Amino acid sequence: MKVIDELLAQLPFAGIEQKEKTYSVSVPKDKLRETAEWLKNNPKLSFDFLTDIIGMDYTDSLGVIYYLSSTTFPSYIITLKTQTDDRETPEIDSVHDLWLSADLYEREVHDFLGITFVNNPDMRRLFLRQDWKGYPLRKDYDANPELNPIPLDNEDLNDMEDMPFTEINLEGERLEQHRKLFEEEDYVVNFGPQHPATHGVLHLRVSLDGEMIKKVDPNFGYIHRGIEKMCEAYTYPQIPHLTDRLDYLSGTISRHGFCLAVEKGLELEVPERAHYIRTIIDELTRIASHLLGWGCMAMDMGSITAFVYGMRDREKIMDIFEETCGGRLMANYSVIGGVMNDIHPNFQKKVKEFIPYMRKMLKEHHLLFTGNPIARGRMEGVGYLSKEQAISLGATGPTGRASGWSNDVRKIEPYAAYRQADFKEVLRSDGLTFDRYIIRLDEIEESLRIIEQLIDNIPGGNYAAKTKAVIKLPEGEFHQRVEGARGEFDVYINSKGDKFPYRVKFRSPCMTLVNTLKYIAVGTKVADLIMLGGSLDYVVPCIDR
Amino acid sequence: MFHFSVVTNWIDELLRTYLPDGWALFIEFVLIGIAILTVYAVLALILIYVERKVCAFFQCRLGPTRVGPFGVFQSVADMIKILLKELIKINKVDPRLFRLAAYLVIIASICTFGAIPFDKGLHVVDFNVGVFYLLAISSLGVVGILLAGWSSNNKYTMIGAMRSGAQLISYELSCGLALMTIVMLSGTMQLSTIVEQQTTAWNIFRGGIPAIIAFVIYLIAGHAETNRGPFDLPEAESELTAGYHTEYSGIQFGFFYLAEYLNMFIIAAIATTLFLGGWMPLHIPGWDGFNGVMDYIPPVLWFFAKTFACVFLALWVRWTMPRLRIDQLLKLEWKVLMPISLINIILMALWIIYIDL
Repeated sequence: MKVIDELLAQLPFAGIEQKEKTYSVSVPKDKLRETAEWLKNNPKLSFDFLTDIIGMDYTDSLGVIYYLSSTTFPSYIITLKTQTDDRETPEIDSVHDLWLSADLYEREVHDFLGITFVNNPDMRRLFLRQDWKGYPLRKDYDANPELNPIPLDNEDLNDMEDMPFTEINLEGERLEQHRKLFEEEDYVVNFGPQHPATHGVLHLRVSLDGEMIKKVDPNFGYIHRGIEKMCEAYTYPQIPHLTDRLDYLSGTISRHGFCLAVEKGLELEVPERAHYIRTIIDELTRIASHLLGWGCMAMDMGSITAFVYGMRDREKIMDIFEETCGGRLMANYSVIGGVMNDIHPNFQKKVKEFIPYMRKMLKEHHLLFTGNPIARGRMEGVGYLSKEQAISLGATGPTGRASGWSNDVRKIEPYAAYRQADFKEVLRSDGLTFDRYIIRLDEIEESLRIIEQLIDNIPGGNYAAKTKAVIKLPEGEFHQRVEGARGEFDVYINSKGDKFPYRVKFRSPCMTLVNTLKYIAVGTKVADLIMLGGSLDYVVPCIDR
Repeated sequence: MFHFSVVTNWIDELLRTYLPDGWALFIEFVLIGIAILTVYAVLALILIYVERKVCAFFQCRLGPTRVGPFGVFQSVADMIKILLKELIKINKVDPRLFRLAAYLVIIASICTFGAIPFDKGLHVVDFNVGVFYLLAISSLGVVGILLAGWSSNNKYTMIGAMRSGAQLISYELSCGLALMTIVMLSGTMQLSTIVEQQTTAWNIFRGGIPAIIAFVIYLIAGHAETNRGPFDLPEAESELTAGYHTEYSGIQFGFFYLAEYLNMFIIAAIATTLFLGGWMPLHIPGWDGFNGVMDYIPPVLWFFAKTFACVFLALWVRWTMPRLRIDQLLKLEWKVLMPISLINIILMALWIIYIDL
């Protein structure tokens, strides 16, 4: 696009490539910070949304890829790339002050590739234990179990509080320092890893002042499975089995995203029928996920009946899945080139029965919970997230839309059959807990509309395109964004032309949501922390990939 | 009408004919003690079963179905399980206070339970300051809860106990004021007299609007006293895992559990006694035939029917409403219920002077 071309022309040191709507900008290491600042703070076109940071091991050098997107032209992407040849003490300037979300992303890259981000005030490892030896995503990583034996004692909580960081001060001196996370007199309570309201094995360390929250520090990694590392040893048809297990509540959507990325690489023509079926399944998943999210949030606020109601209606969708996909929670439905099987003969009938049923039940949900004076009292005026904050934090999905940030990938970059459906992106402007609550119920309504339009028009033909027995992706980078139930889910595949990917990275929408909690929970009560967690609706396996 | 006084008087006379007065009294004490404990335990089992079934009904589920017909023996099985469970020794607790806390809670609950008039003659002690006694002894439980939270040496229990302290002490006020309204109407604190006065019209009808306001306030405040949703902040399981009894196991946990259920019953029973005529049948002045039919129903049944109706209300609220936040909870008490209760007392005074003669 012209604006972007002009903008990038002002960076003489950058190597620029364009592929459709993606601009790849390679800059030397010492110019990275400057370029990032330029892209972020440019008055004409601000790249204010840092989608993801991907750490790369190019065997001879280590690199970092920043996926940037602008809220003005959300369908265009800039990938900012930089490399360092130093494999012993790789250092890259931090951008944590430009985008709030960079904080955790940089820690993740540091954890897996050992790159230190200079000036990032918190360089603890994100997923692995602090005393882990080696960096797993490096190609020369030694996976010998003797190096990292299974620990028989608890991780010392003091390790979690000690934040090492490297900074270069004004005189140009490089200083390695340590800081404490909490102060001596802080009353620190552990919420998790075993706790009824953390939606999985999440560990929040919270310092309290009476009932008031002073600071929240999320700790991840308790159920980290190393899926990205596993992908490097899996063939392309095998990988989708892992994507279902990322965000298990919107598993079909993540799987869809991965299949789309591979199909993009293969330039495979997917039959229209498969597109329609995938879209309907995705939307059903979204409804199921939102129902559970709604129920869990209600349960976090003490209303267990609402949770059971949510589960009851979700059960109908699970039954539909069981018939067509075989699986319930892990539907394992999309495959590269289409879907696994054709739809069950009952599929259309059951889905059509479900739509009016769900509409009726939505009324009941509103009656039970939305109108409840206690629920309203709890939700209103708590947990304000401004639009700017949401963008900077990368809080995509319903959370961002509740703050007025239009970020629906289904609208920005329509994939599958979303172009054929007429639906609106639900936006609210207040950014309060109540908005994040009600937006999910409204999105269920929209999803029902999408399904309603598509279900009768599923075209005939094949349900899957023929693929080769051994799928080899051509050399290059492939990127696909899809709208998961919790936010933007991105798949990045780097292929060297093999039947295994060279590097796979999944963007976790939930990680940024937990990061959001850090900002919106300060100053609220303990009870609000739990409720805010429910309103953000994160799923921990999505973070602990 | 059949009253239990017939049975109790017969036992009393029987014992006195064969034994000296002192021994007869002693044996009666023992019998009463056993009876109270048995009824307490059996009622708890019934309440747990009822709660599970009612909750299942609200949540479109079936509830317990396996043990016995309709799962009626489920809570018996649970009781056996809880009796057999190990009492886990926890490091760094204050063992004496830790154990004492569970007993304090259950003792306060049993002592309150003893003062409830189930029927004429089925009443352990009939104090002339019965209402005062109920209020005093039932608030002992909060000491147990605070001790439990403190002695567990756990941050969750500590927060739970502190919440509980703030909550119970606050709601005690409107609870007491609501009961005072009825004491004003009756002119006595003796529970038996209060019930006897309601022969023609229950207090809630006799006291008119102020009595109805007091009844509603009492139900809300009393519900808050039982630490059950939407006022279950001290044990808010989504925030504090289990609140003040997080560290308890086996029968010590069972004590808290029993006390919670029985407190719900006790609050309902007090509401019944003071507002809904206790064991008195429903009488409508002038309808002699109707009153006659009502008299055929034994008073004990009347008492339990009314109490369980109140219990059902409590369950209904619990399984519908989400939890309040601590500041909202205190605001509700100090800015809404308390002022209304105070004004209501004046209203009741006016009612007594001008209308109820």
